[in-house]
Amino acid sequence: MSKLSILTKGILKENPVFVLLLGMCPTLGTTTSAINGLGMGLATTFVLMLSNVVISAIAGYVPAKVRIPSFIVVIASFVTILQFVMQAYTPGLYETLGLFIPLIVVNCIVLGRAEAFASKNSVYDSFLDGVGIGLGFTAALTVLGLVRELLGSASAFGIKFINGDGILVFILAPGAFIALGYLLVLFNKLKTKIK
Amino acid sequence: MEYILIIISAVFVNNILLSQFLGVCPFLGVSNKVSTAAGMAGAVTFVMSVATLVTYLLQNYVLIPLGIEFMQTVAFILVIAALVQMVEIILKKVSPSLYQALGIFLPLITTNCAVLGVAIIVVSKEFTFGGDPQMLNMAQSVVFAIANALGFGLAMILFAGLREQLELANVPKPFKGMPIALITAGILALSFMGFAGLV
Repeated sequence: MSKLSILTKGILKENPVFVLLLGMCPTLGTTTSAINGLGMGLATTFVLMLSNVVISAIAGYVPAKVRIPSFIVVIASFVTILQFVMQAYTPGLYETLGLFIPLIVVNCIVLGRAEAFASKNSVYDSFLDGVGIGLGFTAALTVLGLVRELLGSASAFGIKFINGDGILVFILAPGAFIALGYLLVLFNKLKTKIK
Repeated sequence: MEYILIIISAVFVNNILLSQFLGVCPFLGVSNKVSTAAGMAGAVTFVMSVATLVTYLLQNYVLIPLGIEFMQTVAFILVIAALVQMVEIILKKVSPSLYQALGIFLPLITTNCAVLGVAIIVVSKEFTFGGDPQMLNMAQSVVFAIANALGFGLAMILFAGLREQLELANVPKPFKGMPIALITAGILALSFMGFAGLV
């Protein structure tokens, strides 16, 4: 696989949200607005990139029996670092995302990439894979956040362009499921069109 | 009284799956049949209540006295991973039939964010029962965990029942599989919103 395709496959072909349907909890829970989706996506990318690099570097020395626990500890350490960084520089976003920041530890995408890619490939390739999948995740969350924000509060990236309120239910929990459902329909439709 | 409030609030009003989005992966992944959904719900109830008790003790008697609360995420996930392994080994010896029933679901629970999520909520969020906001004590924490697990089980089994019916329905092609399941979950969540204001 060429370096470029490792980087770009996460964005469309193997998009973690729209194609693989992984990491659903943060996808649904944090996308009340485009900014929140973008923030959550970038936070996950940070952890994914660094944990992929470290795991691919240590994978050869870790006994098979304790592989999963040791990977989880690596991921949890980077999440703790992320918590400190966000508390210091983006306290507002840290408050909004709340519980979902520590829950990056149990995001299936991060452990999934560690197991399926980083433990078998070189450090540089794993870095590219982490960035690629992370950006794919960020793109998906931003799109879902934008759709929910447009419908739910009639604004985009916090900028209001129509007077009045949106359809409140899209900001609330049911809207998350419904919006993601219809986005998947659209994605499937586009995929069959291209084929 | 406050126990009843905790239970009603966790099962119906703030349902962990349908209003807080914790544990959505197993919710969408293993909800094809009512029987597997019930198995998963059983395993989650068991692990969640034990894990919350252990992490509560860990937070209040180890992390806080030592002043290392920032190690919370690392410590909690290790406890949960170890606990799931231990439960698996003990069940295998003590009750092979229960192990048969829950066996395949147990390893999945380590990465179920509902378990870690509830453990973190219990030690970080303040609750109000009529009076001032206060942290949960140990008994309340365990009740809170069990109630959340029941809410998880309720949503899981309801959803699995709906999906069994969906199998027979004539669904347009682009909607097949996950999209229609998500829209169904949305409508289920909408109906759970009717409980808002109950507590």
